[in-house]
Amino acid sequence: MKKNWNNNRVFYVVNMVFLVLCFLIVALPIVNVIASSLSTPNAVVRGKVSFWPIGFNFDAYQQILANKMLLTGYKNSIIYMTVGTCVNIVMTILAAYPLSVKDFVGRKVITSMFIFVMIFTAPLIPTYLNVKNLGLLDSMWALILPGAISVYNMVIARTYFQNSIPGEMLESARLDGCDDVGILLRMVLPLSKSIIAVLVLYYAVYHWNSYFDAFIYLSTDSKFTLQLVLRNIMSSVAALQEMVATAEQSMRAATIEVLKYAVIVVGSIPLIVLYPFIQKHFVKGVMIGSVKG
Amino acid sequence: MDADKKIQQRKQNRKNRLKAVRRHWQLYLIVALPVIYLIVFRYMPIIGSQIAFRDYTFRGGIWNSPFVGLKHFKTFFSSPQFSRLMINTLGLSVYGIIVGIFPPIILSISLNYVRMKWFGKTVQMVTYMPYFISTVLIVGILTQMLSLTGPVNRLIQTLGGEAVHFMGSPKLFKSLYVFSDVWQKTGYNAVIYISALAAVDQELHEAATVDGANIWQRIRYIDIPGILPTAVILLIMSCGNILTIGYEKVLLLQNDLNMTSSDIISTYVYRIGLTSMQYSYSTAIGIFQSVVSLFLLLVVNKISDKVSETSLF
Repeated sequence: MKKNWNNNRVFYVVNMVFLVLCFLIVALPIVNVIASSLSTPNAVVRGKVSFWPIGFNFDAYQQILANKMLLTGYKNSIIYMTVGTCVNIVMTILAAYPLSVKDFVGRKVITSMFIFVMIFTAPLIPTYLNVKNLGLLDSMWALILPGAISVYNMVIARTYFQNSIPGEMLESARLDGCDDVGILLRMVLPLSKSIIAVLVLYYAVYHWNSYFDAFIYLSTDSKFTLQLVLRNIMSSVAALQEMVATAEQSMRAATIEVLKYAVIVVGSIPLIVLYPFIQKHFVKGVMIGSVKG
Repeated sequence: MDADKKIQQRKQNRKNRLKAVRRHWQLYLIVALPVIYLIVFRYMPIIGSQIAFRDYTFRGGIWNSPFVGLKHFKTFFSSPQFSRLMINTLGLSVYGIIVGIFPPIILSISLNYVRMKWFGKTVQMVTYMPYFISTVLIVGILTQMLSLTGPVNRLIQTLGGEAVHFMGSPKLFKSLYVFSDVWQKTGYNAVIYISALAAVDQELHEAATVDGANIWQRIRYIDIPGILPTAVILLIMSCGNILTIGYEKVLLLQNDLNMTSSDIISTYVYRIGLTSMQYSYSTAIGIFQSVVSLFLLLVVNKISDKVSETSLF
């Protein structure tokens, strides 16, 4: 070990410096956003804030949290995410389990049907017209049903069922008279908690962060998702001016700048707070996914 | 005799299949819902794509609008936008692939050789974090950091330079897109390489060390060959997406000022389709995009199968 260190001293030092740089490149912008959101408008506009708040205060957050649209967006996103993820999980398992049974006649045909839509996606307009014809425009189902199964996630689940659950066990259960539904509910699912956790994370993060579907399908303000609301706030000066109506005329532009920083923080908080807990599972998901099925 | 045996065999096979169907009848019930989903939400739009060959009218709908053959495709190929859109799209994705492929590999190897484990864990956790920030907010952060009065321009001015209008510059748009992606996704993309590195046989490393190899040599001759298949697979997948790159982020970053370089096929499909309501024309462009993507995926897959014996399917 000692010899290893002596022979490769240069490498270890360079490596360390490199990693510190990586760390700083990622962390500093985030620290700057947080610090700015907690500073006075004056300090932000004058460019005094680098990585520590100047004139520490929560004014921007108070103004934002008084905004009804943002709270509606939060509420909607939580509902869509919860319902959407439940639909995703049920549908994904219903597809993945039969396709993992080796002597299921029709398995190849159905698998190819899935793979085909993964590599050949229908263009935007036919997809939109389909949602419209089904009467789903401007409803939360437009954000949930079209993406009910992600083929990629389905393949991950199927691979897990095939490789991580001992086939002999399922075979002996079958000989004992257990039917397929029984096997799925009583044996496969209890043994698949870890993969289900991974799928829940993948789908939930997708629902929480996606923007485009809500942007094209929703038209009523009260149904908007958080991302849509955030985008509207960030891009429209009008929405921001409404929030700072009480501020003095001369200070408005400056206050808006601070509000933008605070909006970024408020919008990313939920996942960033959960992140340390879910990161482990995400890593596991990547590893399961990388096992070729 | 032989023919007899074959017929017997076939009969036996059919019997077995029937037996399997009967034994697994419940599976058909289970899979019914996903299959219905596939047909209603995935194959119906593909069938609906035939409006690319028609002049879509609201009254005629998908089946009864007048058939016009390849008119919309011809219009697109001969339109002045065609070359600009192709150049922008290909430029953006090829640039993204080239810039994006090495950082995760370098980061994962670097993390693999860190001596203080807690430090490696911390770096990994922090670099992974931006992956969870939504595209809308990534664009928000970019806009704030790079605005005319933002921190980056302030730094440039302190160093004696002139403020740069990052968000409104066609020249800088592609770099903005590509490097913010590197910032956001390197940590995430490194994870897959970290697991590939963990799968490398440790005895190889021990043997190499005994033989006097230094770390550079071990990386060059053991680690890199170990993660090459993973890199190839990821490269194949990204080549399949060359024409369909993350339009969400491009759309969010797009503005009138940088339009000449930020207008790509996906955003054009969106604008022509949902803003100008030219349904058939937009669909034709979309089909062109999907078909080329499919073709590219198959070609790259074939090539890599021949060259490195690694393939997706």
